[in-house]
Amino acid sequence: MSSGAGALPELAAVPWRPRASAESLRRRGAVWTVLTTLHVAPFLAVAVVLVLLQPLTAPVALAALAHAWIIPELYAHRGASTIRLRREAPARAEPVAQGFLGDLLGHPERDLQRRTGLALERGALGVWVVGEAGAVLFTAGGRRVHCFCVATTDRDLPRSDRIAHLLLALRTDERGFATVANHAFSGAPWRLARRLGPDARLALRAARRLASAA
Amino acid sequence: MSRLIRMDQTGHSTLAEWKAGDETGYREAVEAFTRELDNGYIGTVSVGPGRATHVRELPLDADLVVMRRPIAGG
Repeated sequence: MSSGAGALPELAAVPWRPRASAESLRRRGAVWTVLTTLHVAPFLAVAVVLVLLQPLTAPVALAALAHAWIIPELYAHRGASTIRLRREAPARAEPVAQGFLGDLLGHPERDLQRRTGLALERGALGVWVVGEAGAVLFTAGGRRVHCFCVATTDRDLPRSDRIAHLLLALRTDERGFATVANHAFSGAPWRLARRLGPDARLALRAARRLASAA
Repeated sequence: MSRLIRMDQTGHSTLAEWKAGDETGYREAVEAFTRELDNGYIGTVSVGPGRATHVRELPLDADLVVMRRPIAGG
């Protein structure tokens, strides 16, 4: 792992991880696609073969199809959880934290954050959607997302402060941020979007637009 | 006027303020900054749109220095 003077200090906690890069993310995405295919294909094959051999096994074939459908859905659910807002009453200090976070963002990003609870950030690796306990990165012109589970170590902070922590770390060292964060999912944006509410989908659409225009 | 703030459960707290040439104010700010580092906080300064850097010493000329908690993979 290389770490320069501007490297994220938190990298010291994960010295065994190679530093993330556009290439490592591309490889990781490809591995996710292969693994998902390997998980799903056998169930599809079983379903087809069973019905061809003996139509009476259709219920078993249906169960196999259900498995083939559920496995990618579970992965996508895990990815969506990284930016799903926690159901909790806003902290009393939330307006102050929201004001500080707003100062960090440009006008369009501030408006989007107030509406969706998620902060949009353009980086060298792609376009990020930052939540309170994770972030989603749009790469490949917006055709692929990488979901990362990452949060500040102080979980009692107001929601907007938790986002501001991630945003500042991301701006300090984007590749370091992607290294420290735990990779939770990679796949097509639509697989993620269908697991999220309308507000989060709005933020995802904005991020995808930016990523595809880059 | 430069400010040293800490993101905490109140939203944020102003720990110190100083002006160029105000040696006493800056010294007090350095003491507060060092105390927060010792408590595990990380000093961060914005260095332009979408860019920030972490600092181990309090920069005299920074408008705003933010102390944040470390992040970790969840």
